[in-house]
Amino acid sequence: MRPFEYARPQNESEALDLLNDHDANTAVLAGGTDLIALLQEDLQAPQRVVDIKQVESMQGIAADGDGVVIGALTTLEEISESPLLADYRSLGDVVDGVRAIQIQQMGTLGGDLCHLPNCWFYRNGYGLLALENGDSLVAAGDNRYHAILGNQGPAKFVSAARFAPALIAWGADVRVIGPDAGSSEWLPLEHFFVTPKVESQGVSVLKPGQLISHVRLPATAGRVSSTYEVLQMEGLDWPLATAAATIDLDGGVVREASIVMGHVAPMPWAAHEAAQSLIGQPVDEVSAGRAGEIAVAQATPLRDNAYKVQLAKTAVKRAVLSAADMLEGAL
Amino acid sequence: MAERKVAWKKRTDNTLIGGDHQRIDGVEKASGHAKYAADINTAGTLFARLLTFKGGAAVVKSIDTADAEKTPGVRAVHVFNGAGKEVRWDGTIVAAVAADTPEQAEDGVRAIKVAYEAKPHWVDEEDLPGATTGKRTKPLGDNKKGDVAAALKAAKHVHKGYYGITTISHMCLETHGSHCEWDGDDKLNVHLSTQNVSGTGGQFAGPLGIDASNVSITCNYIGGGFGSKFAADEWGVACAQLSKKAGKPVRLMLDRATELKIGGTRPSGFAEVTIAADAEGNITVWDSHHWGTSGIAGSTISLGQLPYCFDGIPNRNRKATGISTNTGPNRAWRAPPHPQLCAVTDTVIDDLAAKMGANSYDIFMKNLDKTPKPDVYAEEMKIGAKLIDWKAKWHAHGKGGGKSVKRGLGMALHRWGGRAGATTCTVKVHPDGAVETFLGSQDLGTGTRTVIAITLAETFGLGINDVKVNLGNNSYPKANPSGGSITVGGVSGPHRRAGLEALWKIYDLVAAKYKVKADSLSAKGGKILSAGKSVCTWKQACGLLGPMPLEVQGQGPKNDGLTSQGVAGVQMADVSVDIETGIVRINELVAVQDCGLIIDELTARSQVYGGLIMGIAYALSEERVMDNRTGRFINADLENYKLPRIGDIGKLMVHMYQPDSEYERGVVGLGEPPVISTGAAISNAVANATGVRVPVQPLTPQRVLEALKGGQA
Repeated sequence: MRPFEYARPQNESEALDLLNDHDANTAVLAGGTDLIALLQEDLQAPQRVVDIKQVESMQGIAADGDGVVIGALTTLEEISESPLLADYRSLGDVVDGVRAIQIQQMGTLGGDLCHLPNCWFYRNGYGLLALENGDSLVAAGDNRYHAILGNQGPAKFVSAARFAPALIAWGADVRVIGPDAGSSEWLPLEHFFVTPKVESQGVSVLKPGQLISHVRLPATAGRVSSTYEVLQMEGLDWPLATAAATIDLDGGVVREASIVMGHVAPMPWAAHEAAQSLIGQPVDEVSAGRAGEIAVAQATPLRDNAYKVQLAKTAVKRAVLSAADMLEGAL
Repeated sequence: MAERKVAWKKRTDNTLIGGDHQRIDGVEKASGHAKYAADINTAGTLFARLLTFKGGAAVVKSIDTADAEKTPGVRAVHVFNGAGKEVRWDGTIVAAVAADTPEQAEDGVRAIKVAYEAKPHWVDEEDLPGATTGKRTKPLGDNKKGDVAAALKAAKHVHKGYYGITTISHMCLETHGSHCEWDGDDKLNVHLSTQNVSGTGGQFAGPLGIDASNVSITCNYIGGGFGSKFAADEWGVACAQLSKKAGKPVRLMLDRATELKIGGTRPSGFAEVTIAADAEGNITVWDSHHWGTSGIAGSTISLGQLPYCFDGIPNRNRKATGISTNTGPNRAWRAPPHPQLCAVTDTVIDDLAAKMGANSYDIFMKNLDKTPKPDVYAEEMKIGAKLIDWKAKWHAHGKGGGKSVKRGLGMALHRWGGRAGATTCTVKVHPDGAVETFLGSQDLGTGTRTVIAITLAETFGLGINDVKVNLGNNSYPKANPSGGSITVGGVSGPHRRAGLEALWKIYDLVAAKYKVKADSLSAKGGKILSAGKSVCTWKQACGLLGPMPLEVQGQGPKNDGLTSQGVAGVQMADVSVDIETGIVRINELVAVQDCGLIIDELTARSQVYGGLIMGIAYALSEERVMDNRTGRFINADLENYKLPRIGDIGKLMVHMYQPDSEYERGVVGLGEPPVISTGAAISNAVANATGVRVPVQPLTPQRVLEALKGGQA
């Protein structure tokens, strides 16, 4: 790990000031579950690390009208245990899927949404796009864990944000602050993520010196939800494919639905047509299975990861069934 | 006086041997007081960091360490591979830097300028046609027995299939490395993470130009070896050189990625096999061609041991081809290369059973006459079947029930040698009754200290904690390296012999003093008894020695029945397979294992549990992933090199098979056997659940789904 300055702001404004020194060659430290590894592997070399854990305004979970606002510093464990989030089951499913108590206690919501890809080319120092003389190392190399959707450009990694599918399926907004001390903006979380065409674009709309401060969930309004993560291992492991479904059921029939897949594309992948196919249907094996088929119909698997199409399809089917408490017999 | 004979006690006379005993160093380890090489931090110790090659193959064109040497805090730089040297696999060490702090050492590493000229690489271990085209293969022999062609014609059932098991890497919790400290110019003290305390001193002395007698090797505790830590290694010698250059002690442990890349691998094996049987299910034919890699040397699993355990199959063709890959070299990996041999034998037999529509258990049982220990296997199979409830749970292959989750049963069997290794010990009985022993062996975490203490305590009629075991230093009498399941036999025989010799001397003194017959004496409960009546205490007896301690040397192995070799072993698995995700979960795993006379059943069972867990790892998730494009070991980390956690283990049931006939054999090693057949048993259970063979282990979701899609039976 290279030397860096360490700063510990007490409020958002201080945090932004500190982040915007050094031409914004700075990094945000919250739970540290990703940043520390990035620093150790020399994948990031900020001149200053800004530890935002003391920023009180970014902590906690609060009711906001009919909805809920979650501070970016909220830990996974707090999400899991909050009565205000009990009806947003798809979020608790993600916490359960993380399984590692250490990550659940240290990891934060904001950190998850900003988590950089676990792509092994990226983590071995080849960059986000892993290009060599313009050729994709991912396309030519071992891509068993890579994207099956949205992978026709140079980016072929999968988004590592585990909460994003569930939050987007709930229609969450995200508050981005900075780079100036006074500036802040709420935007739909769905618009937060980007699939980079060039290395410098990163994985989200965050510009240097900006950070996430809050996430806002709309009222559940009686909707049900679930996240299904296909996890090879029972311990800490990255999902092979995930899906989150939020469904408005009216007498057993779907009135409205939202489905978002994770770990299948460089960004969370909303499956609008799959969700649409459920409307007016009862939730059952047939309708959920059809939604799964539709969700992956446009998949363009790489050489090694055709199996992920099956996993994504299954994740969608099971997320839909699970949201309606109808999932049986899965490992 | 009756002849004094070296032997173990009658089984029923033991008070300690055969019982469940906690490790005598358990508290030290669990409380963090035990010091490993990675913990040694004498005053002024420098930290070392490594510059490694990141690619498939290259030649070092130039290397410039000038800036590194000027980096603040850096005390010494050592170049492993200078200009002109070939680096032939990812992770090859190019240089090391020692500095006051780890961060300064990293700064130093970054300041080294290296230029490489890339060379072509080949890292694919499974692609035989590709490797052949690329001229990376070499024949490793073939041989024949009987008449395969004629037997195939006569056979009633013939099955042909593809099988395999990938390379895995050593993953010791404590990585390879040492702490080196010079005492003057020519005396070196090394704390080495090693399985070979007595044999590594010379490996330091030679390259360093000092006398072997001037190298002290210490290893009181080690965080895993599994066959990968027998040598000083180039990085061990480099640690000493850095220390000399810096004039300060240096600790150099491999980082995790480098550990995975160069700490040693288990070679892969992929095989095309034809097997055939007569109408009754007697296997008559084995015909195989297998290939794989051990790294640049281009070996694979041994030709001579296929079909594994079933040497008696009358007609056999076998052929092996090695693939030279630009990958880190192999080292012995627990039971080399039996897990791979089992993985490409017992799966084939299971598929033959499936093809016959037979119960796999029956086909294995029917063919035990072709194995080295048919009677033991048969008994162990019966015990295993009862434990896992084979009869009630069995169903035909592919009839695993459930819509998306199928359940299945599988079994496999194994063998191992486990002879006693050559060991010498010096046992001291002090006039105050204290007992201690010295030997240049090592306790790999397997309970060696505990077994020694039990052996002497049983012999002297003392408690386990009355014996002090001094091992882990090369100034003590020489002991074999601990590898190949030879240590428990290696240390228990000499200690029993030395213990008896000492005891007999003490008996003679007691007999003279108390006017009793020496051959009427026994030692029990801290007392010397004559015909069951107390004569004196152990301390009083030892007081008769005079002012000097009694010192007896014990040696082994000897042909006196204390130790033996050769074990069987059967494992059975009950698994669930989610056919929509390809995920496999272990429900139950049964191991029935013999190993002769068991000194401490608790540590014996622990060995088996550990073997099963390692087996689950390589069966389901653990593998080295080499990226063809970059030549890199792309998952050399603890996230993507997937090892099971507690939730992945399922229910483990261990039964130590120990009828009197086993006790009478004496002590046989146990470390290797329990890891061997786990993979094949799990693979067979998956095949039973789904009706489809997933040909290559580990059985990842990717491989399971691809096999299901192909419907490969």
